[in-house]
Amino acid sequence: MSSGWIIASVIIAVIVVPLVAGLLSGIDRKLTAHMQGRIGPPIIQPFYDIIKLLGKKPMVAGQAQLVFAWAFVGLTVTAVVLLALRQDLVLTLLVFFFGSVCLPLGALSVKSPYSQYGGHRELLQLLALEPILLLSAIPVSLKVGSFLIADIFAHGQPLLPSLWITFAVLLIPVALVMRKSPFDIAGSEHAHQELVRGVLTEYSGPYLALVEVGHWYAKIFVLSILGLFWVVGSLWWLSVIIALGGWFIVLIVDNVTSRLTWSWMVKFAWGCGITLITLNSVLIHLGWM
Amino acid sequence: MDILTRSRTKSPWLLHYSCGSCNGCDIEILAALTPLYDVERFGIVNMGNPKHADVLLVTGPANWRNYRVLRNIYDQMPEPKLVVVVGVCGSTGGVFDKCPNTLGGIDTVIPVDVYIPGCAARPEAIIDGVVLALGKLEAYGT
Repeated sequence: MSSGWIIASVIIAVIVVPLVAGLLSGIDRKLTAHMQGRIGPPIIQPFYDIIKLLGKKPMVAGQAQLVFAWAFVGLTVTAVVLLALRQDLVLTLLVFFFGSVCLPLGALSVKSPYSQYGGHRELLQLLALEPILLLSAIPVSLKVGSFLIADIFAHGQPLLPSLWITFAVLLIPVALVMRKSPFDIAGSEHAHQELVRGVLTEYSGPYLALVEVGHWYAKIFVLSILGLFWVVGSLWWLSVIIALGGWFIVLIVDNVTSRLTWSWMVKFAWGCGITLITLNSVLIHLGWM
Repeated sequence: MDILTRSRTKSPWLLHYSCGSCNGCDIEILAALTPLYDVERFGIVNMGNPKHADVLLVTGPANWRNYRVLRNIYDQMPEPKLVVVVGVCGSTGGVFDKCPNTLGGIDTVIPVDVYIPGCAARPEAIIDGVVLALGKLEAYGT
């Protein structure tokens, strides 16, 4: 990549991503409202929420929590930038995981029992999603011959026809990161209630806005991973369609299911996810896919 | 109207606290939050957390058992915040006026912005009251 292209990628990853993610969040709320027979908020509602939160008086439960909130956002942005620069897939995922862990650590650093519960539940969510997301790099590398995202772009063929099983399994981590039912045990979006506000209980005002923007980056990160399953030359819009397709399936599942227990979540994610990804890897290794 | 004030009026997050009302007004508040009235049109979301809330909806009269809880919840809400009292008991004490175990209206404990009359207040009146309260945010400044 030329230096001009690198600078453009970084600018897109840092500035354009939250704008797109905010709009996507607004469309999500509108679509959900329509599915429930309501009109719903305006599409730019998430931006109103963020600006309002930034204008509220800061109230801090503990200084450590602020450090963790900034670390969450900083590392998630770093992961998005690494993805935009087409670096190593495993490294990118590990940076993303490190960022994700900072959010529950911040929640666990204050004494509020609801925040503690939320933090523990968020850790369980990460326990469910991280192995699947990390293992999904294996069938990709078997097909492409490398863990580099740049090599997926250089591969020349779309991954989806041979990796559709892995793609389907990856919808579990996408739903988990987007805090959607049936996996929203640690604090969900919209009007769902769980243990006050779960992991977000003690973040308030501008710091809640900060965490929310970090969450936008995380959402775009996992959706971009879905987009990697169809990158062919200059047809970049096909990746966008694939990613939005996965996003829409997650939305429908959110609207037709209710929240389930954490033990079910871990069993389902590990049982389904690890088995199917292993199956996909074996099939590719044998040359059957 | 500047962008911050506009955002504040477009995104009021509610917190509901019952000071021991007969539950009539509480049921009407929940009715107002159902998909039938679709308050999310106005950006209104029901929050279970005072630290995230902008508008405190209180029902029932203030009494000696829970006025500390009410004040604690109010203190945990970050500025700018609004208090909307729903129903006649919270507004003036209602049928509990001058009872030895009550203090009277909610305004004997915390400052109140809007009083919604009714026994019980209708969902339409509750939504109107919250929208009326949002007008006070324009005077808050940045």
